[in-house]
Amino acid sequence: MNIPESGSLHDCRDAFTSTLETLAAQNDDIVAVCNDSVGSSKLGRFRDKWPERLINVGIAEQNLVGVGAGLANGGKLPFVCAAACFLTGRALEQIKADVAYSNTNVKLCGISSGMAYGELGPTHHSTEDFAWIRALPNVVVVAPADRIETAAATEWAASFTGPVFLRLSRVGVPDIFSDGHRFEPGRANLLRQGTDLTLIANGTLTHRALSAASILAEKGIEARVLNMATVRPIDRASIASAASETGAIVTCEEHTIYGGLGSAVAEVVVETAPVPMKRLGVPGIFAPTGSANFLLDEFGMSPRGIAESAAELIKNKA
Amino acid sequence: MSPTELKIIANRIRRRDLRAVYEAGAGHIGGEMSVADILTALFFDVLNVDPDDPQKPDRDRLVLSKGHTALALYVVLSERGFIPKEEISTFLKPYSRLNGHPDRNKVPGVETNTGPLGHGLPVAVGMAKAARLSNAAWHTYVVTGDGEMQEGSNWEAIMAAAQFKLDNLTLIIDHNRIQQGARLADTNNLAPLAPKLEAFGWTAEDIDGHDMKAICTALAPEAVVTGKPRCVVAHTNKGQGVSFMTDKVAWHHKVPDAEQFRQGMAELETEAAIREDV
Repeated sequence: MNIPESGSLHDCRDAFTSTLETLAAQNDDIVAVCNDSVGSSKLGRFRDKWPERLINVGIAEQNLVGVGAGLANGGKLPFVCAAACFLTGRALEQIKADVAYSNTNVKLCGISSGMAYGELGPTHHSTEDFAWIRALPNVVVVAPADRIETAAATEWAASFTGPVFLRLSRVGVPDIFSDGHRFEPGRANLLRQGTDLTLIANGTLTHRALSAASILAEKGIEARVLNMATVRPIDRASIASAASETGAIVTCEEHTIYGGLGSAVAEVVVETAPVPMKRLGVPGIFAPTGSANFLLDEFGMSPRGIAESAAELIKNKA
Repeated sequence: MSPTELKIIANRIRRRDLRAVYEAGAGHIGGEMSVADILTALFFDVLNVDPDDPQKPDRDRLVLSKGHTALALYVVLSERGFIPKEEISTFLKPYSRLNGHPDRNKVPGVETNTGPLGHGLPVAVGMAKAARLSNAAWHTYVVTGDGEMQEGSNWEAIMAAAQFKLDNLTLIIDHNRIQQGARLADTNNLAPLAPKLEAFGWTAEDIDGHDMKAICTALAPEAVVTGKPRCVVAHTNKGQGVSFMTDKVAWHHKVPDAEQFRQGMAELETEAAIREDV
């Protein structure tokens, strides 16, 4: 693994909560709702500043999401924060009926998504949430890649009227974007130009995909790299051009390969410009014991692993 | 509005509901008849709502958590002027906004989309909390079925409402003693309900859910106890108003045939004639 030294890695939760505090200082209607997760959602400072605007419903995720929908109906702007695994798994029907179908202005913030809880095991992994939530109409699904995109996406979510699922991690990632970056929902970011194939990633995988592209360049393979934070609505145009212009696509995600980013990309590829693809992610198993970074490496998503899959895939190009 | 006037309206609502179920060939007639008086009292006596401005921010909120009785709500909304009366005939027709369960984005007067049970009360808790945070005077009412109280999500919300001291929240349980497939007593018997709510820190009162005076008195804002959410256990009958449907499990969602429809309407019309005579 050649991810940067730990000194330059950042926990995106900090960017999320400090942005939320900045927004809350300007907008009295912003409230944070949590399920006994003040610490893990990093809402301690928010609670100290606005104790009455931190609504802790206790360990009760169905009520958590329902209360969020009700707060929105009553004119509040709720950021509903909980570990992504419990938020999406335990309260999926509330997300469907009370938030998506009712089309309420609720921001669902899935903290410690993917395999961030590593050694705690598959009960605490949230590696199905893209699939579950992107199947629901009305909800914008976003997985930011670094602290700058996290802040920008949080700011955007507050400005947007409608349901949003912000999928956040606690696993440290390096900065990819520069200060002042503006988040555009449904628009992929071209991080590296290339013509031999395209690597598409989001969340904790974007920086790994960028490192993989450097490894590939040493071998004379020029990979395009797209950061695709928004999984729904997916950026069809960027995917279609990547397919037609580079002829092969590798997707990387901290999620099962069934129904997530890779599937969303593949849906567009088969409908627009079919090309060889490789979907990297959790390969349809409950993960063994290990940290998130260990498991990502194990599942072929170290920068070297991604590069190897890419080099193998382009042999199948037409 | 007087209890007699409310009863006359409720009778009209039951007749329109029965006709709509008969014509659509579907509906949840039993629960619609049991909740009809509660919804009538709410919309014609209790709620501060305005059909001409259904989204006004300071309106009272009414959540029908037992969303499968949407038709009763639609008929009440049409009688109250939120939607045209003639629209009831589109119930369940292709592309009608009058779906089998209510849609807030299409039907004015609907606050949240319900259908799966155990959703309304948590949402109502959020509404009441929002009013509290804004120091707003509006009140939130939520109507659940009694079978629905078997959903664990309701008890999550009951805990939170007491913890938040939401005395601007009223839960009305339509206690008709029958759920879809059997009697409550033969399934998970939650009765008596009031002591359970009280144990969770609510005030709770048992009333006759078909007595308009009792309903209006129990739901009046002045009946609130400071610092406590309020539960009104409305003792009702499934199929109330039609003798052969009353208190029968089979009439949860059975559709009357022509003869049953005729007989049911005749009974309701007789009741109407007596009431209008009073």
